[in-house]
Amino acid sequence: MKKLIAVAALALLPLTSFAGGGAAVQLEDANIDLTNHAAIQRGAKYFTNYCMGCHSAKYVRYQLMKQVGLSEEEIKDNLMFDKNKKVGDLMTIALAPEDAGKWFGAPAPDLTLEARLRKGPDWIYSYLKGFYSDPSRPMGVNNTVFKNVGMPNVLWELEGVKEAVYRYDVAHNGHAVESFDNKADAEAAAAKHGEGYKVEKHVESLKVVKPGQMSSAEFDQVARDLSTYLVYIAEPNKLERQQMGLWVILFLSIFTVIAYMTKKEWWKDVH
Amino acid sequence: MSFLNWIDERFPLSKVWSEHLADYYAPKNFNFWYFFGSLAMLMLVNQIVTGVWLAMAYKPDADLAFASVEYIMRDMDYGWLIRYMHSTGASFFFIVVYLHMFRGLMYGSYRQPRELLWIIGVVIYLVMMATAFMGYLLPWGQMSYWGAQVIVNLFAAVPFGIGEPLSEWIRGDYVISDATLNRFFALHFLLPFVLAALVFVHIVALHKVGSNNPDGIEIKKNKDENGIPRDGIKFHPYYSIKDVFGIGVFLIFFTAVIFFAPEMGGYFIEAPNFEPANPLKTPEHIAPVWYFTPFYAMLRAVPPMFGSQFPGVLVMFGSIALFFILPWLDRSPVKSIRYKGPIFKTALAIFVVTFVFLGYLGVVASTEMILGVEASIWAPIFTAIYFAFFLLMPIYSKLDKTKPVPERVTS
Repeated sequence: MKKLIAVAALALLPLTSFAGGGAAVQLEDANIDLTNHAAIQRGAKYFTNYCMGCHSAKYVRYQLMKQVGLSEEEIKDNLMFDKNKKVGDLMTIALAPEDAGKWFGAPAPDLTLEARLRKGPDWIYSYLKGFYSDPSRPMGVNNTVFKNVGMPNVLWELEGVKEAVYRYDVAHNGHAVESFDNKADAEAAAAKHGEGYKVEKHVESLKVVKPGQMSSAEFDQVARDLSTYLVYIAEPNKLERQQMGLWVILFLSIFTVIAYMTKKEWWKDVH
Repeated sequence: MSFLNWIDERFPLSKVWSEHLADYYAPKNFNFWYFFGSLAMLMLVNQIVTGVWLAMAYKPDADLAFASVEYIMRDMDYGWLIRYMHSTGASFFFIVVYLHMFRGLMYGSYRQPRELLWIIGVVIYLVMMATAFMGYLLPWGQMSYWGAQVIVNLFAAVPFGIGEPLSEWIRGDYVISDATLNRFFALHFLLPFVLAALVFVHIVALHKVGSNNPDGIEIKKNKDENGIPRDGIKFHPYYSIKDVFGIGVFLIFFTAVIFFAPEMGGYFIEAPNFEPANPLKTPEHIAPVWYFTPFYAMLRAVPPMFGSQFPGVLVMFGSIALFFILPWLDRSPVKSIRYKGPIFKTALAIFVVTFVFLGYLGVVASTEMILGVEASIWAPIFTAIYFAFFLLMPIYSKLDKTKPVPERVTS
């Protein structure tokens, strides 16, 4: 009974106090184009090669890529590595969630709806570009968009290794009053300000310390292709929906005008 | 016509047609606000039809529910359209019903002899809320799950040892689970038909007392030599064609959301619901869907007393229960806002602002700063104003200066 009450009390907690959203992170504009089928195809290639080791897209069927111009053969040859699977199969993975939980701290989430869950392509784009080395983390990397994420930087071969350039703010009650590029200066300034002034460490920017196979512009395109692909699979019918909507509203506008004229005519004798 | 005679001798088809449509006289001065009754019926039909089609592919099982919704969205022909019509329809149903209720408040449609008509309407509103609440669990997303968890736990706050067993009985488990999902699906399928029956009763009551109008005058008091109200016109064809036009305008707005913004910025479909329900992971911010947020804000406005949330729960249910006694709270000699005085007009305006603001407070975190003041401070103030609108009405509606009501409706 006591346990039950504890469960109930915990569940009631959100009624009275719930945490506000995390600090806002500046996201970069992914600038995606859903009509760019080549980008979606490239995104599918990166996704199946680099992401699908751990992440499934289990509500999507491989054959969806036929909608963006790939043939069944192309899908089989380039995107499917399990020869027992058919193109009509769902994009599941062999990694069991329990194992993933053991190895990475948390099971890698299914990414079918990631673009709709995370508020769009900009988040994904910035996240993929946001990895920097941080030896204090188990995977050796941290992320500017998703702090302390458990995921390793799987694209590091392409991107290279990035390090963070830190900024040190002297803050009072959460408001920054001064900014420094090294810790010692900031601490000295905080001491000068006196009681209540603290030094806060922020990631100012990232710089490549060990180049990868791609230039920074090339890698941006990889991140953009992956964002495009994830937005596409999150709602494959999006463009069809919008196109149909135009016709529906055009029809309804004509219908409404005719209904209005009929009403006017029928109401002529009402005074 | 012999076939019609054959039917009429066995079923009063012509009689029903003429009594409720062809020879039902409605006041001729209906304005914009009188579209929302028929639009609410349209939305009920939309929800039932799209709902039945969704139910053909949906699986009410904790392991399958989320995937079955994605199956509908991706693999079923036009499944995405049916699903968006249903999810957008739920929100639009509430929009038109709120406007329909506001019309009643403005023109005194709850006043004698329409008290029972109003009360049936409030029952419809309650059943609608129950239906929407249960339906919201079905996609089995994170917000579905945790929203249901929070609301069902309200019942656990009932004292005297009733609360815990009551909430367990509702869930069929200690937490929201497969058992809860399965029964909510069953009830979510049943309740719309209860709603349809209640709507029928609502209309029977309406046709007994006759429609109110923006002037709040009884048109039945002024009839011609044939016993036909001088200010009345036949519902069909006059209002049937007018409603067709209204439906056209409404559908433009409705389809604009379906086709271009089905998530409506996270208000109609909340972003956390794109993640399957996870009983071990509480979302950062749990907020009910927008149409419940005014009541949710009032619930949160009351601090726990004697270690119990029950007072807040009472306030929340009380805020809805007030609608039942509204017909007896208004002591003004006139019905319509057109002839009421400045006090009532001001009170109604404040009430609208209060209701909308409470809705906003229910969406944001209670620590949110609004105009330099924390949401948790605004909430009790506006809850008090909400209650004052009703509870002080017997006083201010009597004090108010009214204007003389004309004999005939004005256009």
